[in-house]
Amino acid sequence: MNPASYKTHPSAALTLRNVTKRFNGAAGCVTALDDITLDVKEGEFLVLVGPSGCGKSTLLSLLAGLDQVDEGAIRLGEEPVRSPGRDRLVMFQQDALFPWLNALENVMFGLRLKPDLTEAERLESARYYLSLVGLADKEKARPHELSGGMRQRVALARSLAPNPRVLLMDEPFSALDALTRDQLYRDIQDIFTKRKKTIVLVTHNIREAVCLGDRVVLLSPNPGRVRQIFDINLPRPRRINDPELASLAAEVTDALSSHLSRSQEGLA
Amino acid sequence: MKLPRFVIPTLVAVTFLGGWEWFVRVGHVNDVLVPAPSQILHWFWDSLLNGELLSATWVTMRRLIIGFAIGAALGVPLGALCARVRWIRDTLGVLALGLQTLPSVCWVPLALLWFGQEESALLFVVVMGTIWAVVIAVQESVLNVQPLYLRAAMTMGSKGWHLWLRVILPAALPGVLSGMKQGWAFAWRSLMAAEIFVVILTGFGLGSLLHAGRELLRMDQVMGVMTVVVLVGLLADLIFFAPLERWLRRSRGL
Repeated sequence: MNPASYKTHPSAALTLRNVTKRFNGAAGCVTALDDITLDVKEGEFLVLVGPSGCGKSTLLSLLAGLDQVDEGAIRLGEEPVRSPGRDRLVMFQQDALFPWLNALENVMFGLRLKPDLTEAERLESARYYLSLVGLADKEKARPHELSGGMRQRVALARSLAPNPRVLLMDEPFSALDALTRDQLYRDIQDIFTKRKKTIVLVTHNIREAVCLGDRVVLLSPNPGRVRQIFDINLPRPRRINDPELASLAAEVTDALSSHLSRSQEGLA
Repeated sequence: MKLPRFVIPTLVAVTFLGGWEWFVRVGHVNDVLVPAPSQILHWFWDSLLNGELLSATWVTMRRLIIGFAIGAALGVPLGALCARVRWIRDTLGVLALGLQTLPSVCWVPLALLWFGQEESALLFVVVMGTIWAVVIAVQESVLNVQPLYLRAAMTMGSKGWHLWLRVILPAALPGVLSGMKQGWAFAWRSLMAAEIFVVILTGFGLGSLLHAGRELLRMDQVMGVMTVVVLVGLLADLIFFAPLERWLRRSRGL
């Protein structure tokens, strides 16, 4: 690739242009995503929120390359996204750790697929990321010996260790209890400010979206469209119980519910 | 006071065997038809000393282990292929499901015609007993691997052989193991039936020993061989399958 052309979009890590995705289900053809155009900047924490059925998880699958667009295009830098790749790693709703490997081996899994590293470098990197998520002493533990929160931390370490350009998170906190979740919000923000990763998070929890995101993209369902984009200019680290954060979250919630009630009137 | 766990089973066994011995000795039954435990033990000791029992057990175990290994080694890739390719699943997979229900001793007449009264005939019967159960088990457990594992592995750059060897097969392992256990049981039964059914010129196995006992009206020999067959089955489970299953359960918290 020509370095000059690479510099033409220095600030956009991911670009989505007129992305449309349809599914053929029992109820006929459903348009899950309709004409989505969006840029994710390098080093940005972007959050996709919306009610269930707005296609936010579908959008994440498309970004991961686990699914293909029907129309439009997704690019990572200059490269079109068509298949899964190590430059975009995913943290899933359930931890997706392999039960036949211990915590360290799970983190090593992605690193072993990078041919340009020596085994010693991989081991060092895996240990570094395990300690970054506070689990340095759990490297020999099997997933079933860890709590739900710890498992998600290992999953986070596993996604970060191969140093992807973009980290994609599909509601990774939704199955956790409130205390564990708050701790993980702190950890993620800490890692985000330290490592300056580009992150795309999908969630239905608006408070969580406002707490973590630089920008919050509100999607509306039937068909999935970008409804509104909010810039969140609160200083980090943010606390989930911060009053200013709460009032911003209320603003987003209002925008969501006003749109939902309008679309219901439209249906009636 | 709490008795150690082995006390009750031991008492039951001693009472049962003692009762049996007494019942035969006082002449309630003909000891040609039902030999006493002491007679069986006597046969056991004699045939152990003259080497007959050990050589027969060795012949049978060798057939079983080689046949099982071939059946499993063929069954795992075939089952994986069935899971991977739909038209193979619709053909070979369905055939495997059918042949799995066929007692593999039914293969004996064909095997004798094809291979003659030799080792290969019995190996063939054992392979046929093992392979279909393994094919079905591998196919089913590969198809049931959690899609989440595959998605996670694929985003990390795993595909092709790496995905199969590092993700799909380890994830399917518990199902594959129980299929192998079933295959082993099928193979053991079919081998015994085949050895009783036909004389194999290349080796005198446990089944032949049992059959010889019948022809000589030596029921102590028949029941002695039956006991050995049970013990071999128990030992295979105790030494091979049970530790593997325990290790799987413990390491994955199942």
